[in-house]
Amino acid sequence: MLDYLAEVTMSIMQKQKARDPNAGYAKDFVPLMRRILPACAERGIKVTANAGGVNVRGCADAVISVARELGLDVRIGIVTGDDIMSRIDELLERGIELRNMDTGAPLSTVRDRIQSANAYLGAWPMVDALKQGAQIVITGRATDTGLTLAPMIHEFGWSNNDWNRLAAGTIAGHIIECGAQASGGNCQYEWRSIPNLADVGFPIVEASPDGTFVVTKHERTGGWIIIPGVKEQLVYEMGDPHEYITPDCVADFTTIRLEYEGRDRVRVYGIEGRPATEFLKVSISYSAGFKAVGTLVYSWPDAYDKAQAADRILRARLDRLGLKFEQVLTEFVGVSATHGPLAGRPGADIPEVQLRVGVRGPDRSAIERFTKEIAPLILTGPPAVTGFAGGRPKVEEIVAYWPALIPKEEITPVVEVLET
Amino acid sequence: MKVQLAKLAHARSGDKGDTANIGLIALHDELYPVLVREVTAERVKQHFKGICHGDVERFELPNLGALNFLLHESLGGGGTLSLMTDAQGKTFSTALLRMEIEVTDQEAANLPG
Repeated sequence: MLDYLAEVTMSIMQKQKARDPNAGYAKDFVPLMRRILPACAERGIKVTANAGGVNVRGCADAVISVARELGLDVRIGIVTGDDIMSRIDELLERGIELRNMDTGAPLSTVRDRIQSANAYLGAWPMVDALKQGAQIVITGRATDTGLTLAPMIHEFGWSNNDWNRLAAGTIAGHIIECGAQASGGNCQYEWRSIPNLADVGFPIVEASPDGTFVVTKHERTGGWIIIPGVKEQLVYEMGDPHEYITPDCVADFTTIRLEYEGRDRVRVYGIEGRPATEFLKVSISYSAGFKAVGTLVYSWPDAYDKAQAADRILRARLDRLGLKFEQVLTEFVGVSATHGPLAGRPGADIPEVQLRVGVRGPDRSAIERFTKEIAPLILTGPPAVTGFAGGRPKVEEIVAYWPALIPKEEITPVVEVLET
Repeated sequence: MKVQLAKLAHARSGDKGDTANIGLIALHDELYPVLVREVTAERVKQHFKGICHGDVERFELPNLGALNFLLHESLGGGGTLSLMTDAQGKTFSTALLRMEIEVTDQEAANLPG
């Protein structure tokens, strides 16, 4: 399984497609398939990937041409039906408000700024594609857990109300969806002892028909598969552990049992699940103004005092220019940027401090003006300052994420299988 | 006596919008009840004063010897809106491990390392 889509990726792809109708999918996927297709064809390895972005067919066509060049016969399944961008007005008119799950605000408040809108599809459309003989399944917005669950449903013939097993496959997906973050990467537990992260092995799930599975990795690779490491990944980005909601089921993380089954092998069992909800999550992206971040580095002596003085000068100048921002944030990297007041005051002999000032607002010209105020501080502000080789800060357009729910019956996934 | 949470637990944190989540995991199973007793939602809210501007929720996972905390309104708007270095809340895990908690002499004697 290959997971390509972060929360705002779809909007970037939507922009690419607007410029070039053949673009709008994960470009990296095609050269990757060129490399692995021969091995997949030879050994009968199937691939599920949400690499299709907002142009699933374009992505499939690109893979088909690669397969032809390599002289391989490959059946490619595509799953579409997730894109509801063209239906937004119709849905809003019918009273489907697509309220923001975090803030409760109705979508109409940002209607004119929407850049993409996609429902998260689950495992079942991918299962259909596999049933029809697809060797490579390419989707648009599909859940990362569904990419792992679909092959299990297909292989073991699990039914659509076998909630415990569906939950088990979902949790298997959650464990491996961040790659090496389950096999030693970003692992706090005894991190100094983790072997050979330069050659880290990615986690593998060995699934069984009964819904139990083993997390492992290839021999002679770096990293490790240990219970504390698997636990760290289980709690990653977790909400209410009793209900991990996906399109396919509701998984209960408080039922997971873990035990060692050998070196770099953790067995996962006991998982229980409940029926899926009547809704699908929708990921909507919208344009939310502009931002820029400027940084400068101040050195010993009195590095922190100097950085604070520079911040005061900068803010006074921004005030005098009458610039309006939604937010101005000052951070002192090396002092408090990550742990804030919990870090305590630094010693007087701290070797250096990075001043990091970010601004955000709806007016691009105000943000542009801010980016011109950083460099002058080198010549007009406190001494022993450096770290400006990168030039003026860049103004970034903010594409923000709007999570919402939509009744399941509104979404009809479409599955097709293409021959090379 | 007081000990730092880092002596009893490890953690991983992440984000969902403007909410940071921290999974706090006991270094061994016998330490889990100490976490349940000492690391309450109220204490975590107090610990993150000035950082977490919303409520703190706590969930128990005795099967993993872990607690999950949700710290609402903590990430400067979250996602791409946030101007924070740690807009994804990745370092909230170790920020929590700075907390000092009260343990009995017997519990202190059983601490690893």
